[in-house]
Amino acid sequence: MDRLANLPWWAILIMLASILFIYSFITDEIYNEVFNKIVVGIRLTITVTSIAYLFAITIGLLTGLGQLSSNIFVRNLALLYVQVIRGVPIIVQIFYTAFVIVPAVITLINLAGDQLAIMGWLKTENIFTKLSVREVNFITRGIIALAISYGAFSAEIFRAGIQSISSGQIEAAQALGLTRFQSLRFIILPQAIKRVLPPLGNDFIAMLKESSLVSVLGVNEITHLGKKYAAASFRFPETYNTLAFLYLSMTLILSMGVKAMERKLKTGSE
Amino acid sequence: MLSIQNLTKIYDGKVLALDNVSFEVNKGEFLAIIGLSGSGKSTLLRCINRLIEPTSGQIIWNNLSITTSSQEEMRFIRRKIGMVFQHFNLVSRSKVITNVLSGRLGYINPTLSLINRFPQSDVELAIKQLERVGIADQAYKRADELSGGQQQRVGVARAMMQDPEMILADEPVASLDPVLAHSIMQYLEKLNKEEGVTILCSLHFLDLVHEYADRAIALNQGKLMFDGVPTEIDDKKFKNIYGQEAKRVG
Ligand SMILES: Nc1ncnc2c1ncn2[C@@H]1O[C@H](COP(=O)(O)OP(=O)(O)OP(=O)(O)O)[C@@H](O)[C@H]1O
Ligand SMILES: [Mg+2]
Repeated sequence: MDRLANLPWWAILIMLASILFIYSFITDEIYNEVFNKIVVGIRLTITVTSIAYLFAITIGLLTGLGQLSSNIFVRNLALLYVQVIRGVPIIVQIFYTAFVIVPAVITLINLAGDQLAIMGWLKTENIFTKLSVREVNFITRGIIALAISYGAFSAEIFRAGIQSISSGQIEAAQALGLTRFQSLRFIILPQAIKRVLPPLGNDFIAMLKESSLVSVLGVNEITHLGKKYAAASFRFPETYNTLAFLYLSMTLILSMGVKAMERKLKTGSE
Repeated sequence: MLSIQNLTKIYDGKVLALDNVSFEVNKGEFLAIIGLSGSGKSTLLRCINRLIEPTSGQIIWNNLSITTSSQEEMRFIRRKIGMVFQHFNLVSRSKVITNVLSGRLGYINPTLSLINRFPQSDVELAIKQLERVGIADQAYKRADELSGGQQQRVGVARAMMQDPEMILADEPVASLDPVLAHSIMQYLEKLNKEEGVTILCSLHFLDLVHEYADRAIALNQGKLMFDGVPTEIDDKKFKNIYGQEAKRVG
């Protein structure tokens, strides 16, 4: 009885559903068509997520260190960024980045180009002045938006990871005559990395799901393709079943990866 | 070789932790620092390697002024001053040998230290230090798998790895049971007697002071109350150090 109760029934259910789905994709004509229409967006979904993720963790590490900096300006800038991002819905951030920040940055770049031309450093028509908002496609804007948004979330992970190292160890490193950089390199980061890797992995999974939001910019990732297909064919259940299945299989595989990594980090040593 | 002159430390402009403390330590001496909790023992030891910035006063070591050294000079000085902590302060998730080797990091060029490799000679030296404290067989275990007494031996081995002229030990045995306490104290004694390493060690129990120290200084609320050989601490002096209600147990 106990053994039955402890079986991971939810996992078995998902597996059975997956088998059913895969069977339908092969045999059922409608499902087969839906699947083929949507699956081409997977590459874009993964590309958008991966590139945005790399930028996000870079921003996150710098912001996390910034939050712990003794420099008042740097620390407050980092705190401001994190607070603003946490207080605004991601979908609003995506619109904001795509239609406010990116055009504003382009305008600034144009102005800088004009200035450089006036100062005679560049020709009147140079790469900076010629850059127009339209040249920055919506895939790029979506990536920038996700990176800015998740940069703040991973900053918190890095900050907590660094702070979790006891002050005693930092003291010991100092007493050994290590420079600040050596302490960071040999004492703090090796331990912090192990603590931040699992939550960073979870962030990637969350980001993969959240990448569906850039569909509002018309980026042809799987959610947008699904939406377009469903609207044209009226095959709503088939489309959204397929869409959910695709996300679920990606996130399940990834979270199994994160779990395995967690186990390995728990037992392994330097 | 170590001279402390009028050392004062005031935390946050409020807490007077060290009050005009002066004393000298000769090369090769084993000096115990005693006093109640909060009397300033840790503050004193940490001022000596400037983990804490003194408020005023001077510290001279081997004709170098520690109190006025730059950060860069301090790094060179700290290499030659080992430190042993009450709570060991090891990187608990790293291997024992890695912890011992970290005692060598101060000797490695910071710009070259990007790569995490120690020369074979250092690895051999680390094993030798672990042999000396009797735990060479634990070298490849994780530090947090060791018992407290074993972890402190790693702490001692790490300090020895620095090839120090002086060791500052801040209550190195306070979190160990008495039998283990003696074994750690014996390693410090051996370093002191056989290699001439000067030892400054804060201790809670007077019996340890009598057994291992050549000399003792006592602090009470940041003031130096006693400076002499441990056997000179009679009942009157004891009450000066530990307060009128205190009873001798050690
Ligand atoms: N970082 C700090 N900030 C403010 N006050 C401090 C700090 N560290 C120590 N103090 C205060 O300075 C005084 C001396 O503390 P210290 O830790 O040097 O004493 P101690 O003799 O080592 O005590 P213990 O036996 O408890 O370790 C105490 O009153 C303590 O509260
Ligand atoms: Mg103390």
